[in-house]
Amino acid sequence: MPLDQSFVGRSYAPTPAYEVGREKIREFAEAVGATSPLHRDPEAARAAGYPDVIAPPTFAVIISMSANSVIVDDPELGLDYSRVVHGEQTFVHHRPITAGDRLRAVAHVDDIKTRMGNDFLTVRAEISTESGEHVTTAIGLLVARGEDEGQ
Amino acid sequence: MTRLTAAQVAKGDELPATQVHVTRADLVRYAGASGDFNPIHWNQRFAEQVGLPGVIAHGMLTMALANRFVADWVGDPGAIVECGTKFTRPVPVPDDEQGALLEISGKVTDLSEDGTAKITVTVAFEGKSVLGRPVALVKLG
Repeated sequence: MPLDQSFVGRSYAPTPAYEVGREKIREFAEAVGATSPLHRDPEAARAAGYPDVIAPPTFAVIISMSANSVIVDDPELGLDYSRVVHGEQTFVHHRPITAGDRLRAVAHVDDIKTRMGNDFLTVRAEISTESGEHVTTAIGLLVARGEDEGQ
Repeated sequence: MTRLTAAQVAKGDELPATQVHVTRADLVRYAGASGDFNPIHWNQRFAEQVGLPGVIAHGMLTMALANRFVADWVGDPGAIVECGTKFTRPVPVPDDEQGALLEISGKVTDLSEDGTAKITVTVAFEGKSVLGRPVALVKLG
């Protein structure tokens, strides 16, 4: 059954704060092979004009994926996650995510389309500090493959 | 670390191409760091059950590698103000020491007056692009 169009425009309560740690940034940077000292050395980061070490550009997925889980798991929407693949992803950074940030995210359903029996769900996570400074917008396209698709 | 300045960059510039090996161990490390434990990225049996050729790399890892490539060129990962891609082709990662070999290249496809460069990246596996139109917008110094 196609996803309910009335979910377009819906937003969810902000997530609890995620505290960005220096060691988590380092761990993520290691995992993507990012060798920049700006991910590891607070002195180098300060010399480059940042208050502390900064995260790689796609680190925001940790927060956006967690925020979007309220949409994906919403029983009223009824998305079958075992059929979902990640179709597209965009991050817009107003500034880099920085160690010490306490970030909350609000998940939005921006669009739902059904084509050829597949559902295309555009989800957006607006990531801000607890004090309301907007840091990152993460937009993802989730594709739920139709049940009739034979393989 | 110094960020490239607009004076050092011209539209049409090619970024120095690179190659990255992605192994099963890299997928496990990325799963742990990102929290994405979907078994298609580490469990051969599960991946085959859902019709994949085998364990595949996280699309988000491939996207991260594309952005690391841009960050290395510009000299400051914080210069990337926007990045986006489509995930068009899975990257199967064999269970061996070499893993999958990704070839990454890029080009400055636009340079605006405010000093923002648009970098169009190509990530290829076995000669075919695996990301659709991966783009990074970079604020030059």
